[in-house]
Amino acid sequence: MKATFPHMGNLYITARALLGGLGLEVVVPPPCTKRTLSLGTQHSPEFACLPLKLNLGNYIEAAERGAEVIVMAGGVGPCRFGYYAQVQREILKDLGYDMEMVVLEPPDAHFSELVDKIKYLCQTDWRRAIQGVRMAWWKTRAVDEVEKRVEWLRPREKVLGTADRIYNRARAAIDAAATRREVELARQQALAELDAVERDPVREAKVVRIALVGEIYTLLEPFMNLDIERKLGRMGAEVVRDLYLSEWINDHLFGGFMRLDSPAKKAKKLAQPYLGYFVGGHGRESVGSVVYFARKGFDGLIQLAPFTCMPEIVAESILPRASQDCDLPVMTMFFDEQTGEAGFVTRLEAFVDMIRRRKEADRRSRAGAMDGA
Amino acid sequence: MRIGIPRALFYYYYFPLWHAFFTALGAKVEVSPPTNKAILDQGVRGAVDEACLPIKVYYGHVLALRNKADLLFVPRLVSVEPKAYICPKFMGLPDMLRAGLRDLPRFIDTNVNLRQGTEKVLEVALEMGRLLTRNKRQILAAWEKAQAVYQHYVALLESGLRPGPAIERLTGVPEGRRRRGEGEGPGRWKVGLVGHGYNLYDEYISMDLIGRLGRLGVEVVTPDQIPGAVIETEAARLPKRLFWTLGKRLVGSTLHFLQRPDIDGIIHVSSFGCGPDSLVGDLVERFSQRTRKLPFLYLTLDEQTGEAGLQTRVEAFTDMLAWRAAQ
Ligand code: SF4
Ligand code: SF4
Repeated sequence: MKATFPHMGNLYITARALLGGLGLEVVVPPPCTKRTLSLGTQHSPEFACLPLKLNLGNYIEAAERGAEVIVMAGGVGPCRFGYYAQVQREILKDLGYDMEMVVLEPPDAHFSELVDKIKYLCQTDWRRAIQGVRMAWWKTRAVDEVEKRVEWLRPREKVLGTADRIYNRARAAIDAAATRREVELARQQALAELDAVERDPVREAKVVRIALVGEIYTLLEPFMNLDIERKLGRMGAEVVRDLYLSEWINDHLFGGFMRLDSPAKKAKKLAQPYLGYFVGGHGRESVGSVVYFARKGFDGLIQLAPFTCMPEIVAESILPRASQDCDLPVMTMFFDEQTGEAGFVTRLEAFVDMIRRRKEADRRSRAGAMDGA
Repeated sequence: MRIGIPRALFYYYYFPLWHAFFTALGAKVEVSPPTNKAILDQGVRGAVDEACLPIKVYYGHVLALRNKADLLFVPRLVSVEPKAYICPKFMGLPDMLRAGLRDLPRFIDTNVNLRQGTEKVLEVALEMGRLLTRNKRQILAAWEKAQAVYQHYVALLESGLRPGPAIERLTGVPEGRRRRGEGEGPGRWKVGLVGHGYNLYDEYISMDLIGRLGRLGVEVVTPDQIPGAVIETEAARLPKRLFWTLGKRLVGSTLHFLQRPDIDGIIHVSSFGCGPDSLVGDLVERFSQRTRKLPFLYLTLDEQTGEAGLQTRVEAFTDMLAWRAAQ
C-alpha cells in the first residue's frame, strides 16, 4: 500500500517515520510549490480555506507519484478542518483519481472505529509499529529543538543564511536517521554547529522579539506564510511561535498523551477575560497569546491565518482590545492565493520598524527616568 | 426592564421563543428596526473587514439598540442540537461585540450548548430567567409558554408562511416589508431556495430576492418549510455526519428538492466568505450535478453586491427555466 499525507512544515519527517513504521510504503508529496497551489486552487471550492487547497494539490502530486492511500487527520467540528476529507474525496473522485482516504479523528460513536483504521493501516506487528511511533516522536522533538535555535540565531548571525544551511542539513539527517541514537547525534551536531556560528554584535544589539500566533497550518507551513520566519530573521527579528509541531501532534494525534508545556496551552487560560469560550481551531490561543507574550516582554505579535478562517476572524476581532490592554503591538495577516510577496514584505518591514522605534523610545525614556532620579 | 433583541442572525429562527419567554417574565422586548443602510454601514464600520456580511449586519443591529434597552440579548449559541455546532463565529460573538463596540448595555450572553443533549436547555432558561426574577416556578412557566409558541411558529413555517409574517402574527412585531404581499403565492415555476435564514429573509441583505423572484414568476420553497425529520434523513446520506446545523439544513433540503418532481431548479444563497458554506455549498452543487441536472444558481452576497448584478443573474436563471420548460 503506497501511502501519502498532506504537507505542513516539518510534518513530513514525522509522517515518514510514523507511516514507515507501520510498514507502509511512503510517498512524500513534493514540497509545496506554485504548481501545488495552482492544482489545488483550480479544483477546490473558491472560498475554501487555503490549507484545503494546498492539501489537495499535495494529494494530486502524490497520486502522480503512485500514492494510493491518503492518511490525514480530521475532526468533529466546529471548524472546516473536520470536513476537509469529505470534500477532498468528492473532488478527487470527480477528477478521476481513485484514492482511498483514511482519516484519523476522534470517533463519532465508538473508539473502535479509530482502532480499526489503525489496524487497517498497520502492515507489521505491533512491536515494530510502536517503535515507529516512538521514532516519529523523537524526530519531531529533535527538529523542533533545532528549529527554535535557528529562530534565535537568524537575527544575530554574521553571514546571513548560515543558520538555515545548518537547519536544512539537520532536517535531512534527522529525517534519514534509522535509530534513536542517530537522531540524537544529528540533533547534537546541529546544535553544536549553530552555537559555533559567528554573530554580528551590531545586528545583535538591535534584535526585536516577535511572537507568531494564529491558524496552525499558516503558522507551520513556510510556503503558505511566504516564509515569514526567514524574512523576519533577516530583518533582525527573533521569532517565537506559540505552537510547535510536537505540541500539535501531541494534541491532535496522541490525544494530549505527552505532558508538554506550550505557550498555547497557557494562552488558553489567559484568554479568559477576552474570549471565554472555545471557538474552534486555535482562535482562543491566539487571543490569550497576546497576554502571554506581553508578560514575557516581547516587542510585537503577528497573527497569521488563511483568508476566511473562522476562528481567527473571531480572534482578530478581539485582538485590538487585548493589544491595547497589554500594550503589545499586534498585526494581523490573512493569506490567500493572491497574496503577493511585495506588499507582504512592505507590511512586515513597517511593523518591524515600528516596534523597533517603540522599543528604542521606551529604553530612552527609561534611561531618562533613571537620570532624573 | 427593556430587553433588546437584534433583528439579525438567529432572530429568524428563534425570535418568537425568546419574545414569549421574556414577555412572560414581565420584560419589554425591543427589536431593532429592519436592516437598512444606516444599520449596515454602522455594522461594517464596527466589525473587522474579514467578517462575513451577516456578522457585520448583527453588529449594526446591536448598535441600533444601544440606547433602547437595559439589557441586550446576545446569547452565545454554541450548539442548538446534539453533536452539532452553528459556526465558530457564533461561538465568539458576545466577546467580539464586547471587544469591538463601546458603551453597550449589559449583555444576556448565556451559553447555549446543547451538544450533549437538549435537556440542557432548561438550565439555559433558568440562567436567563434569573436575571429577571428569583421565582423559579415563574421561569419554568414562562419557558413552557415560550416552547408552545415556538412549536406554533415551526408549524406556521412548515405550512408555508415566511418568518416575517409568522413572527408578526405570533408576537405583534411588525415585519416591515418594503413591498408587502408581493411575490408570494403560486408562480410559473417552483424553485428550492436554500441558504441561511438570516440571508434569505432579511430583505435588505438579500435585496428582496424572494419578492424579485416572485415578480419573475418564481415561487420559492425554503428549507424552513421542510419538516426537520425529512432534512435529517436526507442529510444522513452523507458519508460523514455534518456537524453544522445550518449546513445540515442546506444539504438535507437540497437532496430533498432534487427528488421532488415539482421543483424546477435550486438557488443557493450564501454570504461571501462564509466558512461552512464554502464546503457544504460545494458538496451540494456536486450532488445536484451528479443526480439530476436541475438548473442550479449560486448567489453570494456581500456589502458590495449590486442590485443590478443580482437582477441579471436571477433573470438569466429564469430564462433557463423557461428554456427548459420549452424543451
Ligand atoms: S482553522 Fe481556519 S483554516 Fe483551519 S480549517 Fe478552520 S477555518 Fe480553515
Ligand atoms: S455560517 Fe457563514 S454566514 Fe453564518 S456566521 Fe458563519 S461564516 Fe458567517
